[in-house]
Amino acid sequence: MAARLLAVAAIVATGALVAGCGGGPQSGGGKVSGDAIKLGVITDLSGVYSELAGKNAVEAVKMAVDDFKKQHADDAVTQNIEVSSADHQNKPEIANTTAREMYDRDGVDAIFDVPTSSAALAVATVAGQNKKMYFNNGAATTELTGKQCNPYTYHYAYDTYMLAHGTGTTVTGEGAKQWYIIYPDYAFGQDMNKSFTDAIKAAGGTVGTADPTPFPNDNFSTFMTKAPNLKPKPDVLGTMQAGGDLVNVVKQYNEFGLRAKGVDLAVGLMFDTDIKSIGVEPLAGTLFTTAWFWNMDDKSREWADRFKERTGVRPTFDHAANYSAAMQYLEAVQRAGSDDADSVRKELDGHKFEDFFARGAEFRADDHRVTHDSYLVKVKAADQVEEDYDFTELVKKIPAGESFRTAADSKTAGCQMG
Amino acid sequence: MELVQQLFNGLVSGSFYALLALGLSVIFGMLGVVNFAHGAFYMLGAFGAFVLLDTVGLSWWLALLIVPVVLGVVGMVLERLLVARLLRLDPLYNFLLTFGLALILQDVVRLRYGVASQPYPRPALLDGSMSLGLFDYPKYQVFVLVFSIVVSVVVWLVLARTRVGMIVRAATERPELTRSLGIDVRRWITPVFGFGIALAGLAGVLAAPMRAVNSSMGADLIIVIFAVVVIGGLGSVFGSVAAGYLVGMLSAVGSLYVPALSQSLVFILMALVLLLRPAGLFGREEGVHA
Repeated sequence: MAARLLAVAAIVATGALVAGCGGGPQSGGGKVSGDAIKLGVITDLSGVYSELAGKNAVEAVKMAVDDFKKQHADDAVTQNIEVSSADHQNKPEIANTTAREMYDRDGVDAIFDVPTSSAALAVATVAGQNKKMYFNNGAATTELTGKQCNPYTYHYAYDTYMLAHGTGTTVTGEGAKQWYIIYPDYAFGQDMNKSFTDAIKAAGGTVGTADPTPFPNDNFSTFMTKAPNLKPKPDVLGTMQAGGDLVNVVKQYNEFGLRAKGVDLAVGLMFDTDIKSIGVEPLAGTLFTTAWFWNMDDKSREWADRFKERTGVRPTFDHAANYSAAMQYLEAVQRAGSDDADSVRKELDGHKFEDFFARGAEFRADDHRVTHDSYLVKVKAADQVEEDYDFTELVKKIPAGESFRTAADSKTAGCQMG
Repeated sequence: MELVQQLFNGLVSGSFYALLALGLSVIFGMLGVVNFAHGAFYMLGAFGAFVLLDTVGLSWWLALLIVPVVLGVVGMVLERLLVARLLRLDPLYNFLLTFGLALILQDVVRLRYGVASQPYPRPALLDGSMSLGLFDYPKYQVFVLVFSIVVSVVVWLVLARTRVGMIVRAATERPELTRSLGIDVRRWITPVFGFGIALAGLAGVLAAPMRAVNSSMGADLIIVIFAVVVIGGLGSVFGSVAAGYLVGMLSAVGSLYVPALSQSLVFILMALVLLLRPAGLFGREEGVHA
């Protein structure tokens, strides 16, 4: 009897705790009103991505709206611009429902952010059906500009190709030919593994072994033991884990002294928040690719300072991308003189621009990939860190034209626009 | 050779399972309460170490001493204030209480520290690796394993050989009879609850240098711990500990040979145990034994 109670407890806990991870506040949109531009931010307000996206992603969009109103004090199509936000708890079904409600009920004109690949793809479908604008910043999947591309969806900040191309190609080119990859066994991890494997092969390297790992997972000792014993011995361990799992990987990589055993570490996706969690010292010298970092130059720092005044924290590239995308959208509405989605996307398609986030940027018409420079960076040595969150230094700028896959490759991957 | 090393990995992660399952099991044996907040106290243990280091610069060694004691006291207060009031009702009430408590503790920590993990360095003395004959192994992890075994053995000895242990066991198995012999059973309930919580806190402090310290670290673990307790046999101290190490080794070897199944293996084992030996591998049909 008691045993059964405990067994039931274990099963209930699995469901309840997973559900309990979300459960944040929801805020709805305003009234339907014809003469207002309405921006909706669907993001993770309470879960694993709430730090790197979350409420500060909403704040970034609001900041763009404030700046737009100021810049166009006299000539704005309207001063009436609203921002609403909702928590999708990283679940595709919630993202789907929320996007429908925003477009249909609240009259939202454009949706922003949407981290988590599965949720991002769900919103893309809704945007395509409703013929309303959608700018994805938070998710990495190349499906958004592949099989599931549509005329109303733009993939703005980054994707797995960008991350893999920067890190995988460079590290392999520097002589680390033999790779061992571990990736979390869900959409993002599988996509990352594929993108990295492609990039490594193209650069003349080999992925000897790629192991899926449970998600979430706090014990990676199995893989740390396996790595140096593999035949042939890998030059580098590529980890595609994110957030808390990444922290576990790096802590245990250091414990098992893999660097001393000749196995270097390459990280697929990393944010300043992760470096803060792990500490600069254990990561010093680690290479990764990013869409932007806050102190890369004066223009970026100036924006980052204004962002910090508003929010109290340094921005991640997701925050910067949300500001940038919202601004580009509003400017396009301004040029079109209307918030009608078809007029706006005509303004955007093929539009070239440059701002503090997106350099050498273009709204590529063929697959709706927004191309811009990306950056191969490395974690600074501890004694070079001059202030909090001053963690990364530039190794190499990857020009916009090389940062993302070509429009032709997107087409091969299944993108049929229009 | 690699298998031996993987089994050793399993023993180390099993150390955490063992300490947590031990506390859960002792509490269940004495109070009949399934403590859903056990994972939250594991998390608080790790955060306790982090806060002590971050605010007053106390070393990990001191945290290892202080945090479990403080959390043990918190546990005793909790038992007196809340858990005790529900003991006479259906077990479901305490089930819900501790579940709610786990969510609250987790959210409070998240409110203060966010979802990102907090940094925690390895104690300098345990930095680097040592030779175990067949292979080199991180010193810190060897320490975790040895330490958890020592704690488990001490607890077992106390329960099996001392007067206090005898009373606790008697009180669990035959409360009425024990009381009629003039022994105040109630007196031991609160300390036992506190002790179980202290063990969870201890596991948390041990985890801080080698695992991500964040608000959800306990929630991710507690489900496996429930399975461990079921496999080991409810209320069986020896069973929980043995099952802890067993499950640790099973997942380590599992993630090497059948990665897709590594997370389900423990639940498959649980299902098998429930089918073939409903009282658990080391459990008897009722009551606690050492």
